[in-house]
Amino acid sequence: MQIAIASGKGGTGKTTIATSLAKSLVGSHKVHYLDCDVEAPNGHLFLHPDIQTQKDAIIRIPQIDTNLCTLCGRCVEVCQFHALAQTADEIVLFPELCHGCGSCTWNCPEDAITEIANPIGIIESGITPDGINFCHGVLKISEPMPTPIIRQMRKYKSLSRDSVVILDAPPGASCSVVETLRAVDYAILVTEPSPFGKHDLLQIFGILKDLKIPAGVIINRTDGHESDIEQLILEKQIPILMQIPFDKSIAAGIASGRTLVELQPEYRERFIAMFDFIESFLAVEQVC
Amino acid sequence: MKIIISAKSNQLEGSPDERFGRAAWLIKVDSATGEWQAFPNPGANQSGGAGVAAAQFVIDQKADAVISGDFGPHASRALKAAHIEMYILTGAADSLKKAMELFSQSLLPVFQP
Amino acid sequence: MLITRAQTPQLVILSGKGGTGKTSISAAFIHLSESLNQEKRLTVVDADVDAANLNLILQTDSLATYEFWGSSTAEISSEKCEGCGDCVRVCRYDAIFRDPQNNTVYWVDPVACDGCAACVYTCPQNAIAMIQQLEGNWLQSKGKFGMIFHAELFPGRENSGKLVSLIKQKAQEWAQHVESPLMIIDGPPGIGCPVIAACVGADMALIVAEPGMAGLHDLKRIFATLKHFKIPTVLCINKADLYPQGSLEIQQFARQENIKLIGEIPFDPHIQSAIRLGTQVTREFPQAPASQALCKIWQATLDHMLNLGLTGLKING
Repeated sequence: MQIAIASGKGGTGKTTIATSLAKSLVGSHKVHYLDCDVEAPNGHLFLHPDIQTQKDAIIRIPQIDTNLCTLCGRCVEVCQFHALAQTADEIVLFPELCHGCGSCTWNCPEDAITEIANPIGIIESGITPDGINFCHGVLKISEPMPTPIIRQMRKYKSLSRDSVVILDAPPGASCSVVETLRAVDYAILVTEPSPFGKHDLLQIFGILKDLKIPAGVIINRTDGHESDIEQLILEKQIPILMQIPFDKSIAAGIASGRTLVELQPEYRERFIAMFDFIESFLAVEQVC
Repeated sequence: MKIIISAKSNQLEGSPDERFGRAAWLIKVDSATGEWQAFPNPGANQSGGAGVAAAQFVIDQKADAVISGDFGPHASRALKAAHIEMYILTGAADSLKKAMELFSQSLLPVFQP
Repeated sequence: MLITRAQTPQLVILSGKGGTGKTSISAAFIHLSESLNQEKRLTVVDADVDAANLNLILQTDSLATYEFWGSSTAEISSEKCEGCGDCVRVCRYDAIFRDPQNNTVYWVDPVACDGCAACVYTCPQNAIAMIQQLEGNWLQSKGKFGMIFHAELFPGRENSGKLVSLIKQKAQEWAQHVESPLMIIDGPPGIGCPVIAACVGADMALIVAEPGMAGLHDLKRIFATLKHFKIPTVLCINKADLYPQGSLEIQQFARQENIKLIGEIPFDPHIQSAIRLGTQVTREFPQAPASQALCKIWQATLDHMLNLGLTGLKING
């Protein structure tokens, strides 16, 4: 089963929930944790994995054999991203603009283009001391595109149906969030009781509706002002899975690199109960 | 000599555009005859690579020089590879005509990447 | 000497990690500019287009809404498609699927499609066309301070970077037109495409860091990004007292990298209260500890911009 943790707004506690859920389930399930927030990956700071493998996340960029190239300009014509330009005596490549789609390679009538790997980040995986299978992607500084890394991470791990895969999504509501949410079984949305949380939650609801993914919401840092956001969630007929009250000691503990279930072990039972709820919800849905 | 200037409108009396890749118009002027022609900038509406798209157009027009407020890293690399000279607009160049005048008097600075 | 045009200086506010308080700080700066900005000509950009919150706490009137047409995605004509499947083979984005009901028909998942058009050129039946997509709206709204350019990317769309570039360009044109003394850009989280779009052309960046392991990790990544783009950077710490050890670590990093730390904001529930009231903390609760700290940070930001030779707002103490 694949469960994504998403939020829209940044800093609502996605990693707090994802790491604590992973730690709560590892006793009873085979658990994979995938940190898909490749621009700002933080899961490793809480789970302390022993990294065993490291590989480049790449896109394949063209390399033009000048002996074969006749300067016909077909590659420049087919490139939708203007990553190639043609002058009187050469084809100029702009690797930062290349999406690695391969169109120029296939369309070259002279077979003058081969592809070379352009690393845009790294993918590391390993195991945590409590037995969670850990994997994260790290986008290289100044590289613009996080989505190819997320796509490669999800392909990289052969993920069996009987394991629980927890995907820690990036903030926002654009392509990298969609790439993380694609084909997951369930989404846990983490929000906070404020107009910002509410506005950004609506954005994520829009994506989940398009992708037809069932979801539940965790309201984090509650402080007695939840009625507004509760009403919105109720209207959308989405279950509220958990509420976590604001507590300065939790905030400080998380800042120091500890997970919620380490700080307050009673949450472990609540995460297990939440998971059981999701599992039975999905089982019923499958039957219907 | 064929010169291309980035412009806000398709008229010689109009103002030059500070931007190269995303300028609305590119105006080609023949400095010998004074003949000119306006083209919509193919870079203007690109999601990415606007500078390269505009530079490719300038290259395809076989221009000798191009004048704009600034050139991004991609555009300047493409134009340099095609041996096209790049010049920078100054505050005095308030119309395309004026920019051409300054250019012919060698009063426009050469672009320094 | 070379260029005499009046360029409006751009200040971009960034964080790497989400939820550190960029938007609350931007809003406070906008409010505090009112007293120095006699003609109310501040130009503001909310560059977090997939979670655009700044306008929720500025009292503005919307002047105009425009459509944002982004990139194109492939569409297969079911009449022309003969089901050869060549398109599936060339697609590197797993965006093309065989119809489960009809073996000879393929369709494109527009969300997964990257717009590369490889399938278009491969299709022997010419059955595939690229169709440009409406991907959001951008808006221009007027407030007491001046003008804000903001946008709503439709959920799940690509091109947040292009939308950021577009509204920044519109804002820049406006700023030049009204001779705006300063442009404030409220940036998105992360370090990728929309962040790079928000940074390009900025004259100075203010990083809002949060104490803690995650905060420090992400601070290092956004700082490296700004360094790469050669943007002068100053730093402030938000919720500084929630984890004092973390604030010490940030101070140490700032010393090591020679980044000017221009202030610390204590954890203060007034910030949340102001958001709930739809306003800025400095306006609603001027005596609150966070507001006091924000006044100092605003002043220090302006001082630093002046030191860089940027003609910002006049500082009259």
